[in-house]
Amino acid sequence: MPITTQLPDAEALCAALAEDMRPHVDPATTALVGIHTGGVWVAERLHAALGLQMAPGSMNVSFYRDDYNQRGLHANAKTSQIPFDVEGAHIVIVDDVLHTGRTIRAAMNELFDYGRPARIDLAVLIDRGERELPVAPSFCPHSMSLPATQVLALERAADGGLSFRLIDK
Amino acid sequence: MSALGLEKSPQLNSHGELQHLLTIEGLPRDVLTRILDTAAPFSEVAEREVKKVPLLRGKSVFNLFFENSTRTRTTFEIAAKRLSADVINLNINTSSANKGETLLDTADNLAAMQADMFVVRHASSGAPFLIAQHMAATGRDHIHVVNAGDGRHAHPTQGLLDMYTIRHYKKDFTRLTVAIVGDVLHSRVARSQIHALITLGVPEVRVIAPKTLLPTGIERLGVRVFNDMREGLRGVDVVMMLRLQNERMQGALLPSTQEYFKSYGLTPEKLALAKPDAIVMHPGPMNRGVEIDSAVADGGQAVILPQVTFGIAVRMAVMAMLAGN
Repeated sequence: MPITTQLPDAEALCAALAEDMRPHVDPATTALVGIHTGGVWVAERLHAALGLQMAPGSMNVSFYRDDYNQRGLHANAKTSQIPFDVEGAHIVIVDDVLHTGRTIRAAMNELFDYGRPARIDLAVLIDRGERELPVAPSFCPHSMSLPATQVLALERAADGGLSFRLIDK
Repeated sequence: MSALGLEKSPQLNSHGELQHLLTIEGLPRDVLTRILDTAAPFSEVAEREVKKVPLLRGKSVFNLFFENSTRTRTTFEIAAKRLSADVINLNINTSSANKGETLLDTADNLAAMQADMFVVRHASSGAPFLIAQHMAATGRDHIHVVNAGDGRHAHPTQGLLDMYTIRHYKKDFTRLTVAIVGDVLHSRVARSQIHALITLGVPEVRVIAPKTLLPTGIERLGVRVFNDMREGLRGVDVVMMLRLQNERMQGALLPSTQEYFKSYGLTPEKLALAKPDAIVMHPGPMNRGVEIDSAVADGGQAVILPQVTFGIAVRMAVMAMLAGN
């Protein structure tokens, strides 16, 4: 029998994350970049909650992943879009779940190909630990540990509501 | 893999993934669509401060050009460099082949230099297939082959970039009428285009050419043949012009280039017979005043330069997909 893990409410975590960030962002100059796909949804939530002026960017980091030689390039038609000048900007990278840290390394490498940011922060809904790189979140409302055989995925319903789901590998 | 299996689908590995890109013929629709989908994010890379992604870092791509080409070789070179590969260009018609080295000896020598990918152009149909088959037969499955044009057979990346261009402007393949105009007989581009259009579900593919520039039995590919250009252009969404290949002509297939232009050159007056929003494509290099009028080539319906730009993204996608499989 699979053990049912109680998963936190994604919408409540989005709201809590926005409150964590509020004292540390300047609505006129802070820019968000969401990582496809879940991070983009969270970035949209945060953008609205924090009333930021700059439109959020999005990144498909698959061209920068370190497991390309093992996994190859999987079809992913998502395009990176950075609608602001990265040079000298304060950027918050946004993702749904922080795990090994490899996605974040890829995202930082990609960002630097657009310019040299003044500062990069990291905002995630859930930190599930098991880091393989020295990466730490700047803002994170929830931590939990999960078996390595499970993937924690953010999903968006037809009405736009966000929720977490556990998928067995 | 059996010899028969290799002949049937030499391009796909046992998981149905692309191992080589040799021809569009026989590739399933979902593979074509996956290549076009993958090309989309690569087109954005060119707009960055640093026009490079690290996917093929440390890989060596050999451009093996046994036949002259500036544009295709350059776009493959740019694509490989934007993927961070090391690119080595070899114009073989000026080197070892003149000293008598065989095609497979050349490939073996470059494989011994730790090549990861060959981009091959050759005047003989089947040369890239032969190299791919030889690599598989000698256990070098990690080496990938891309056909950059072989004889009259295929030019798959040109076909794919043409499909990317059509999808960019017209969105849905399944409602289109597309005309391919000109020297179909000598054109590997036309063959790749026809296979791609039909696989992607274009309901009406027309071929417009004089009888002397049409291969016999072309209708069997599923196209409608027109010898009258005005009749063939009526109501089309896409006009794909072909280059008149003077260098491949033997004997008197045409009275003169002036005569050809009169009957088969795309002028504004003939283009007016197509749909008002029809796009005009050409694989380049253009013979202005032979197959296309300058007023059309430089006009608002031409998407000839975007084709070149899209070609880089499509070639990046193909190389990245192959190298990862």
